[in-house]
Amino acid sequence: MSTTAPASAPVASPDRVEIVPRKVPVILTVITVALALAVALGAQDGDTTFRLATGKDLFQLPDVVVPAELTAWIGIVVMALVSVDSWRRQLTGHRTPMWETALYAVVGLLAFLAWAAADGTIPMVGLLSGSLALAVPLVFGALGGVLGERAGVVNIAIEGQLLFGAFAAAIVGSLAAPPLVSALGESAGDFTGAIVASAGAAFAGMLVAVLLAVFAVRYFVEQVIVGVVLNVLVIGVTSFMFSQVLAPNAATLNSPPRFRAIDIPILGDIPLIGPVLFRQTLLVYALYVAVALVTFALWRTRWGLRLRAVGEHPKAADTVGIKVNRTRFRTVLLAGAIAGLGGASYTLVAVSQFNREMTGGAGYIALAAVIFGKWDPIRATLAALLFGFASQLQGTLSVIGSPVPSQFMLMLPYVVTLFAVAGLVGHSRPPAASGQPYKLG
Amino acid sequence: MQLALRNITKRFGALVANDHISLTVEPGEVHCLLGENGAGKSTLMNVLYGLYQADEGEIVLDGEVQSFAGPGDAIASGIGMVHQHFMLVPVFTVAENVVLGNEQTGFAGKLDLEAAREKVREISARFGFHVDPDAVVEDLPVGVQQRVEIIKALSRDAKVLVFDEPTAVLTPQETDELMGIMRQLKSSGVGIVFITHKLREVREVADRITVIRLGKVVGEAEPTASNTELASLMVGRAVELTVQKDAPTLGDDALVVSDLVVRDDTGLAHVNGMTFTVRAGEVLCVAGVQGNGQTELTEALMGLQEHVAGSITLDGKELVGRNVRQVLDSGVGFVPEDRQVDGLVSSFTIAENLMLDRSFSGPFVSAGTVRRADLDAFAQAKLEEYDVRAPGITTQAGNLSGGNQQKVVVARELSKDLRLLVAAQPTRGVDVGSIEFIHKQIIATRDAGVPVVVVSTELDEVVALADRIMVVYRGQIVGIVPADTPRDVLGLMMTGERPAGVA
Repeated sequence: MSTTAPASAPVASPDRVEIVPRKVPVILTVITVALALAVALGAQDGDTTFRLATGKDLFQLPDVVVPAELTAWIGIVVMALVSVDSWRRQLTGHRTPMWETALYAVVGLLAFLAWAAADGTIPMVGLLSGSLALAVPLVFGALGGVLGERAGVVNIAIEGQLLFGAFAAAIVGSLAAPPLVSALGESAGDFTGAIVASAGAAFAGMLVAVLLAVFAVRYFVEQVIVGVVLNVLVIGVTSFMFSQVLAPNAATLNSPPRFRAIDIPILGDIPLIGPVLFRQTLLVYALYVAVALVTFALWRTRWGLRLRAVGEHPKAADTVGIKVNRTRFRTVLLAGAIAGLGGASYTLVAVSQFNREMTGGAGYIALAAVIFGKWDPIRATLAALLFGFASQLQGTLSVIGSPVPSQFMLMLPYVVTLFAVAGLVGHSRPPAASGQPYKLG
Repeated sequence: MQLALRNITKRFGALVANDHISLTVEPGEVHCLLGENGAGKSTLMNVLYGLYQADEGEIVLDGEVQSFAGPGDAIASGIGMVHQHFMLVPVFTVAENVVLGNEQTGFAGKLDLEAAREKVREISARFGFHVDPDAVVEDLPVGVQQRVEIIKALSRDAKVLVFDEPTAVLTPQETDELMGIMRQLKSSGVGIVFITHKLREVREVADRITVIRLGKVVGEAEPTASNTELASLMVGRAVELTVQKDAPTLGDDALVVSDLVVRDDTGLAHVNGMTFTVRAGEVLCVAGVQGNGQTELTEALMGLQEHVAGSITLDGKELVGRNVRQVLDSGVGFVPEDRQVDGLVSSFTIAENLMLDRSFSGPFVSAGTVRRADLDAFAQAKLEEYDVRAPGITTQAGNLSGGNQQKVVVARELSKDLRLLVAAQPTRGVDVGSIEFIHKQIIATRDAGVPVVVVSTELDEVVALADRIMVVYRGQIVGIVPADTPRDVLGLMMTGERPAGVA
């Protein structure tokens, strides 16, 4: 052992070998085989028409007509090729790139549609705009979930907030609309009535959030338990009120006004995109604004920086003078208001009536969108849109009459959720302190 | 700014963490607060920083009595803190961390990150820190993260800086650099409170030393005091700082590790091709800065890691691929590095903890039931043999002090037919008196002919125990050197430099 001046001989840095999970190629293969089996067993003759136009576009896109069986098989071949390539990458220690998965999804979907709707017409505009409409509560719910978890509170109560929002919107709308209609006239009165009802929905969502915040933030109760209990509580309260109060007085208490679609000039006339995105109700436009605002606020403002600090490392936030629990409390309230607003879309858009348990677990799907979207508002929105699409697809196909049993089609949104969350999320990292109460000492 | 604490008292229930503590810090002075773990140093600083409210006493700045409702007030009055566990958000950038809580904003509450970057650059330039404002904190080495903490405090115009055990996570070289930074801060007029239990550092940088024991000030010392004087003041009795041990009686090669590679789930190699041998009756100390593969190495030895390649043989039997129980059954004793998480079940009694690794069969279990009487007799004997200070064997492990918890772990692991002892950080957070005891036990195990692997990030401990020292850096072995290797060489090796002449 010499003690002379050390000769510099730095040790090499550790290398990284990709440990690639097998789930992506497995999922791709399973879906390909399933589709191939379906097409082989249920042969469909005839052509499938994809309709891309509506009556009042700037210019008319022609219908796309393809032979059903052939298109399906071409799609299956492409899917098989992607699956094989995915296996090849997996075996050589590489991940399947995003573009390949995306290509697979689009081709697979078109192949499936072409086969399922043989001899029929698929209204693409209706399919996509319907998806957006169905996704509205999911997106609002997911935004509420993202905000809550980013601040360190798991918001399982999204379901309850949606349901209570829907309930409140129905009652507030029913009560507010008649005087407003007599003061402002039929359409303006309905419109303002619906806006008042939406505010009521947001307030109702916030009420549920107050309970969540009091127990989870103030009294450190396990957040998941509180959330689930709140969901059950809201189901109980609204179902009871529905059968005892709303149903007997449906005309005065359960007939809220509706939001009608508003065409945005020029933007609304762009073929395909226009009718899908810009011939929607005020709630959908509010959604665009909400997504943009939440994204900006979360990533670009002081408010967002503090909120994320509280969710990642509350003690660090505390030591620079940020009130951790106050921040969490307020964020949970805001998240509840946003989710509650989403509930309004159940009673103020498609059907203007409240029904018991009408959200049907959408809050849990929104929660899945939060995770699938990696706690990012934009990605969570995209995830919610995907789930909305799965629901709408099921509806559309059951109208056209597809060879797949309707029970299977009803499963679609949930199967998509399961695959998305379990299989395709990949490496994601929740906010470090999500779900952990903060107390000193 | 002059800081004075007067008669600070802080109680937690019946426990008096701080008992009428007074001290003053002048501008441009380094005041060392010396005491063992649990002496009440951190509590005192948390009171100063507004995280706790004092039950009695007052904080005085330049003659004015302050009342801090929270850290925000303390910061506003010019108190800055470099925490032992860094108070940085790992996923934020340096600039974001520095301005957090003190942000400048533009239109619509938009963050002005450019101003934040400028601030980081300005302070880094002033002290020669070389910190990139846009680096994400979790990607930075620990030493640099600590500088971010310092920048954070200085960016809020701190006049008094508290360093809470700042050297615990640093290499010897980084520690030297930190001492330089402290001197620089001092000359710019900042008052410094330096909390530590490491005697060497105290004497190097302190202007004044206050020693705390069991929540009370027990004395002041001059920086010229010797290690032994300081240690006895700290512990309250004379202590042996080094273990008496004879030259080892070496047996055959017992533990043979070759080409060991341990990866985590993301494929990163934390142990990257280690090959070494430990002979019976020998202590091999694994030295290195925390996070260089030591945890993964010990866990791989125990069968706790999933992606392990290479070979580990004990007395000729292969251990790779065996599960933990098989490894335990082949006679491996394991003192894990975090006793609270991996070593004990804190809600179990001492007796229950003592039989944790023998719950399948053996002396304490027959026909699926625990033989309470045998267990109690065993536990009582161990309680006395290992000098565990507890009311009795039914005391919950979580209610013991760190040193006594560790004695329980050591008692359990040494009470079986050992073929190998793996001890990771055996004396971390343990008081000086218990360190002495645990070190003696480890040496006694060695003298009984058992191969021992000790992992430690404390050079003092490494030097005290080792027959040979293996220095690791980034998952690789930098070199295996004799125990009498000079500390500066070891320190250099811990940064990955391989000195000339080391194989």
